[in-house]
Amino acid sequence: MNPDLSGPDGWIDAVSAVFMVVGALLSLGAAIGLLRFPDLLSRMHAATKPQVLGLFLLLAAIGLQMRTWWVWPVLAVAWIFQLLTVPVSAHMVGRAGYRTKHLHRELLTADELEAVVQKAAAEAARKDSPDGGG
Amino acid sequence: MMHVVLAVTAVIFSLAAAGAIMRISRGPSLLDRVLAADVLLAILAGALCIDMAVNRHLNNLMLVVAISIIGFIGSVTVARFVADRRVKPDES
Repeated sequence: MNPDLSGPDGWIDAVSAVFMVVGALLSLGAAIGLLRFPDLLSRMHAATKPQVLGLFLLLAAIGLQMRTWWVWPVLAVAWIFQLLTVPVSAHMVGRAGYRTKHLHRELLTADELEAVVQKAAAEAARKDSPDGGG
Repeated sequence: MMHVVLAVTAVIFSLAAAGAIMRISRGPSLLDRVLAADVLLAILAGALCIDMAVNRHLNNLMLVVAISIIGFIGSVTVARFVADRRVKPDES
């Protein structure tokens, strides 16, 4: 249990142990947020924690434990692709949740999408009406 | 020390996975279930990372990379085709 902190190996082990425990705790935080938050948008806020910071900490723990340099580019590829793909799914899920009204409007402080949706609906209505369209 | 870390993270990941699965089974809408499934996938990738770091091997690394590359396709697909079937749409 007590690590040998006299050499660099002990320090690397201790740092990677802290990274692993914190990365696991972020997953637990996401699960608690999923269970306790009231609507879809706030649950999405909790769900991104293990996907970005948690994965970063765990990949860094792998890199520290392996003690080799060539593994770091592979870990960087994994993390960068996670950074590229997580916003795509979050965008799609958030937009679909907005369209299907899975949100509590009283919890929002700003709703910048509403003007766009209203404008698109007005344009569709104008196009559908027989005399006003073009 | 690594065995203690392994035990602690195993307990934490089990609780987290139980919470995500509870949200999948309970979740009032389809999008909640998809989001919880995404979190469950992140928990799985994290558990694979812990296994690699504690036991000092790289057998699962390609699996973690593949999860991070193509893991978003499922939720994007479901979000694309989700429809509102509720009668009264203001309860979530």
